[in-house]
Amino acid sequence: MAKKTPEINASSTADIAFLLLTFFLMTTSMNVDSGLFRRLPPYQPDVEQNPPKYAKRNILQVLVNRNNQLAINGEIADVSTLKDRTIEFILNPENREDLPQKETKTIDMFGPVEVSKGIVSLQSDKGTSYEMYIAVQDQLTAAYNEMRNMKANEKWGKDFNDLSPEQQEAVRDVIPMAVSEAEPKNIGGNK
Amino acid sequence: MATFKREGKKEVPSLSTSSLPDIVFMLLFFFMVTTTMRDVSLLVANTMPQASETVKLEKKSLVSNIYVGKPNDQFQAAYGTEPRIQLNDKFASVEEIQAFVASEREARKEEDRNSITNNLKVDRRVTMGIVTDIKQELRKANSLRVNYGSVKRPTR
Repeated sequence: MAKKTPEINASSTADIAFLLLTFFLMTTSMNVDSGLFRRLPPYQPDVEQNPPKYAKRNILQVLVNRNNQLAINGEIADVSTLKDRTIEFILNPENREDLPQKETKTIDMFGPVEVSKGIVSLQSDKGTSYEMYIAVQDQLTAAYNEMRNMKANEKWGKDFNDLSPEQQEAVRDVIPMAVSEAEPKNIGGNK
Repeated sequence: MATFKREGKKEVPSLSTSSLPDIVFMLLFFFMVTTTMRDVSLLVANTMPQASETVKLEKKSLVSNIYVGKPNDQFQAAYGTEPRIQLNDKFASVEEIQAFVASEREARKEEDRNSITNNLKVDRRVTMGIVTDIKQELRKANSLRVNYGSVKRPTR
């Protein structure tokens, strides 16, 4: 009589498979790309000669030089103050003479509202580091996000991100993101 | 006459776990298939800057990546240490961006061609000069949706 082969104990294959599974779960990073989204202005070669004129009070001039120093309206400032400066500039709560004018527009869901005419003009140098540039862009985005959140909370008591797409669109019209990037300058020589 | 044999106490048969490995293997294959590995090998240093207001990029199929950074050590002999642009799997010059944008457009479906986002994955030590050049080229190519790739700063 042939000897019966004993059945191989398969209970450990589950453990092995689990080990492999956890390995793949840990190592494969589902890296979702993230970043700051911007829309570039269309290329218009003729406009450079005749840039549109804006009143001085409607422009917040942000300059970053090649040494990564930041100047707001000609005064050296720290990056961390840029957000509050931008919010103050755009909202102009006290209707000051040296801060932007407001324009009354009729917007869906809001009715007639005052929309700031303020524009942030961002000028960077060829030698500015990308890290600094992102820090500045981040501060500006933070300022606009905060203002939109504020408006959304005033109107619907919800954060901007929790609104419906139509409501978001309306808030975007009330606080339009107006960041203009000046044509690059080359102050500090080639780099 | 048939008699029913009773062998001791009745026992609950042990649960068969033989199908457990199959289930787990199925899970394993699922994860192996769905997780996509990075499709290009990086030729340049690429540590992205941190920002707090980042948003996630939706629709991966509509993203075209432009890498900028210092060439990796093994390419420095040939390409130097100045920041370079990497498109797909090779180094490129600023002038090649327009052709790259056009080829990316060709690869997409017609209705998606205007919603391609250019993901600028720029190393944080790069200076703005090359970035502005790229932006100008993108404007000329009329591909205006741009994402400044950055990593979410851990909240304090």
